[in-house]
Amino acid sequence: MARSFSESFEIRGRDFLEAGNVSTGIKRMLKELGVSKEIVRRVAIATYEAEMNVVMYAREATVTVELTPHFIKIVVDDRGPGIPDVELAMQEGYSTATPEMREMGFGAGMGLPNIKRNADKFNIGSVVGKGTRLDIVVNIN
Amino acid sequence: MRCLRACPTQALRVRGGKATLMSDRCIDCGECVRVCPNHAFAPQTSSFSDFSGFKYTIALPSPVFYSQFGKDVRPTAILAALRRIGFDDAYDVTCASESVSIAIQELMNSPNIPRPMISPFCPTIVRLIQVRYPNLLDNLIPIESPMEIAAREAKRLKMQELGLKESEIGAIYLAPCPSKMLALKHPPRKKHSFLDGVMAISEVYPSVMRALAHTEPTNGHTEIRGLGLGWPIVGGQVASLKAEDSIAIAGLNDVMRVFDEIENGKLCDIQYIECHSCPTACVGGSLTVENPYIARGRVLRMVEKFGSQPCQDREKIRDLYQKNFFSLVGTIAPSPVQPLGEDIARGIKKMQRRHQIYDMLPKIDCGACGAPTCITFAEDVVRGEAEADECVFLTMRTFETLSKSLLEAVAKQSRKVKGPSEGHHHDA
Repeated sequence: MARSFSESFEIRGRDFLEAGNVSTGIKRMLKELGVSKEIVRRVAIATYEAEMNVVMYAREATVTVELTPHFIKIVVDDRGPGIPDVELAMQEGYSTATPEMREMGFGAGMGLPNIKRNADKFNIGSVVGKGTRLDIVVNIN
Repeated sequence: MRCLRACPTQALRVRGGKATLMSDRCIDCGECVRVCPNHAFAPQTSSFSDFSGFKYTIALPSPVFYSQFGKDVRPTAILAALRRIGFDDAYDVTCASESVSIAIQELMNSPNIPRPMISPFCPTIVRLIQVRYPNLLDNLIPIESPMEIAAREAKRLKMQELGLKESEIGAIYLAPCPSKMLALKHPPRKKHSFLDGVMAISEVYPSVMRALAHTEPTNGHTEIRGLGLGWPIVGGQVASLKAEDSIAIAGLNDVMRVFDEIENGKLCDIQYIECHSCPTACVGGSLTVENPYIARGRVLRMVEKFGSQPCQDREKIRDLYQKNFFSLVGTIAPSPVQPLGEDIARGIKKMQRRHQIYDMLPKIDCGACGAPTCITFAEDVVRGEAEADECVFLTMRTFETLSKSLLEAVAKQSRKVKGPSEGHHHDA
């Protein structure tokens, strides 16, 4: 038996009702394993921000979670508009959120930087018109 | 079996006709007590005889108690009735709720507590955080509950007045729910409680009802007043705080949803969250008598009539706050559910196995196996607490496969028997 556990989730863009469910599910898995609360918090924040980015900007995404004894890897692969200038998007405070999104408490331009801050390894790749892929790794031990 | 579904943390199993409780998952919410038609989960409340060892007894009725009788029955009359039925004294708790509100207002000026601050007065909520949301322990405000503060004050006053020792006075809380009682038995932190026992509101109710008929109208006593009267309903705490950006949440599912959001880094612009495990807050506790909506109406009426005049001197309370009069002693530690495996690697293996088992299950959460859901059953199998064949669907499928191959074998045999080559009779 492989030493890792994988599970995939689908997220639909604009689906604010279901937003946060993936993050909650991943958090539950980590708690069941007895992972420390600091790690749970970092994974929760990073996953939630990534999930909200999909809900706000993309059409849909597949989230794949890989759990190993040493790290958790979360890959968020979306089909959506992509990011024209990734470097700019990674700057704190930069946001393309609409007034409605800001009204809901999002779009402070902290999403991507916040994910990076909470990850041990972070990689972002984007193709305009196709989509964006985030690789988020948080070490467990 | 109703309890299986009612349990919000999947802590119950019914096997061999008996319900068992996994205590590491239980958050003392009392839902099983509420729904069990056989009263299998009798809450362990005290009765009068348990307090015969005290020289002096004081009843401290939960503010809910005032809402359990007729709409014009006043709190002072209820306290008088409690004195008639055998308690040496009865002490109002709502005034302590008001003091606690002032203490919370003071605390709000402190930036040291992470936002949103979470109210710690529902013991089930505290237990939920210990078991499932250890990240939020720091958000619980370090302020003692009104019932403890009131018990301490009531005892202090009587010790002065009658020259008694603390151990000679019994302070008994009249509780709307079993969680208050369990909080006393297994406090979330090791410390001395000023309460000596808890009685269910439903148990004291009949005798108070009778005594009320013979109680004189309240002369001389000033009526109980202040916003503390509103504490037993949803929004009562928030109303007494008069604080902006404060919200009230009731019902465990909603509370858990909000806790998940806080854990995800949201809601930090909210100052204070009043949390109740029961959907109608304390007036809906499982040991109450009156319909919670009627009780809520009565509380609102009392607040309208007597809420606007404070019962405490704000400056005095601020001064007491500075002297740590309201500070919670000790810290509340996490109490997580037992992890799936001894270590993370073994936990991951069990998680895979659980997934494989779950895939074979019907996923309709029928509960016939004695576990509340298919996923909890799969987990029980992995943990070695159940056998896969306890699932009727799995057993039926096995039986189906078996009987199919048996039928096929029989058919094969009979073909052979009737087959062209004659005289080939032999027993299978």
